[in-house]
Amino acid sequence: MNDLCLESADDARRVPVRVALVRRDAPARLLENREETEPTAPHLLVRELIVVQLCVVFLAVVSLLFDAPLEGIADPTNTPNPAKAPWYFLGLQELLHYFPPVVAGVLLPALVVIGIVVIPYVRINLDAAGLYERPWKRTVVALTAVVALIGALLVSYRVWPVLVPTLVLYALVILPALPFCPPALKLRLGRVSLSNWIMTWFVAVAAILTLIGVLFRGPGWTWIWPWREGIY
Amino acid sequence: MDPVKTLTDNRVWRSIVRHGIRGTNRNRVMLVMENLFLHLHPAKVRRRNLEVSSTYYLGAVGVTLFVVLTVTGVLLMLYYHPSVPQAYDDMKELQFVVGNGVFLRNMHRWGAHAMVLVVFLHMLRVFYHKAYRPPREFNWVVGVVLLLVTLLLSYTGYLLPWDQLAFWGVSVGTNMVKAMPGLGPTLRFYLLGGHIVGENALLRFYVLHCVVLPGALLLGVAVHLWRVRKDGGVAGSSGLRRTSRRTKP
Repeated sequence: MNDLCLESADDARRVPVRVALVRRDAPARLLENREETEPTAPHLLVRELIVVQLCVVFLAVVSLLFDAPLEGIADPTNTPNPAKAPWYFLGLQELLHYFPPVVAGVLLPALVVIGIVVIPYVRINLDAAGLYERPWKRTVVALTAVVALIGALLVSYRVWPVLVPTLVLYALVILPALPFCPPALKLRLGRVSLSNWIMTWFVAVAAILTLIGVLFRGPGWTWIWPWREGIY
Repeated sequence: MDPVKTLTDNRVWRSIVRHGIRGTNRNRVMLVMENLFLHLHPAKVRRRNLEVSSTYYLGAVGVTLFVVLTVTGVLLMLYYHPSVPQAYDDMKELQFVVGNGVFLRNMHRWGAHAMVLVVFLHMLRVFYHKAYRPPREFNWVVGVVLLLVTLLLSYTGYLLPWDQLAFWGVSVGTNMVKAMPGLGPTLRFYLLGGHIVGENALLRFYVLHCVVLPGALLLGVAVHLWRVRKDGGVAGSSGLRRTSRRTKP
């Protein structure tokens, strides 16, 4: 309707008349350069202040609602069953259930720490291209071999909580290579880089092991259902 | 009379803050550059890095939690003796005698759990945004060390209430250290000051928790933030795709 818009003001020197022609099929847009900088004070500092306030308020509310646990005085002669480490170590304690202590307590944590430290120095992590956005056949074959090896190891030690997420993620990785994969899914999954797949696998395994350790383990480290037997 | 002008327009104020308070761009930059605490920030930041989805402010949340934990931790130290069985009695004092003692302990406990989680999420954010790429490789390594120090801080603090939860949680963990071939038993002996989790272990964990590890974390965070500035500010989601320009409707 109003293809032509006229802006007017009383003071012609202050607000000169501008004429803008806007085509109906192409709405007006302003190109915004987000590389532009802003002064840290106040733009970043104000936002940080808001973050600080939100954190303190949130923590205070949680502290008013929930009390920190306190059990009876430490008694070396009375071992609780199960004796659990703090939640962030329960993934490791869950592994201790499957592997000998030197593997679960020393070898695997050391491998995790070393693996995380070297991330920026390993080339696959510097490559942002998706797994299927470049020649992928050899990568997928190599990946299949590695998964088969790890899978065999996990089966021999009966580590089902690691085997299941490993196989699920492996299925997602090779899905775009299969002929029946829908094109939209193929495009979406194909964009994910190999390094992201590996990290996602690690996070999934760590989260599942920790959740099992926190919720699903009872006396003698047996499997329990938290809604039936409660949380130990 | 303008109270702001009265406060700032004199020699005493100018001896503390050298630049004026007028909202010019020069003063805004000076405010950051001339301040010991603020100068860990760059004087200017990219507009896109101010967006929440760029960093989720997880680093800022982590630092905030560290400050909250330091303040509540120092207050808790006023009521705490690292000895057996006084340590546990002090927990009961906090519960029944000290005003707001329970609230203080809750803040410290939940804050510590939150910090472990937030520091881990911060690491994931940096990974998925590929913000560890050159020249930021070494700052990633510093970050991993900070994550480990955070875990150790939380773990050493776990023993201090000296209740069953603390004692057996730490017993399970330190038994894992023993499994390390060769060095393990010796390391565990030095960590506990003996062969069992006892009075010496409590004192050692206390010193680690209140002096050594917070000092290490403070130093590490200073290096971490300083390197962020030297490497050209935070790498938000920019590492992912080249979306530096977008249109606004």
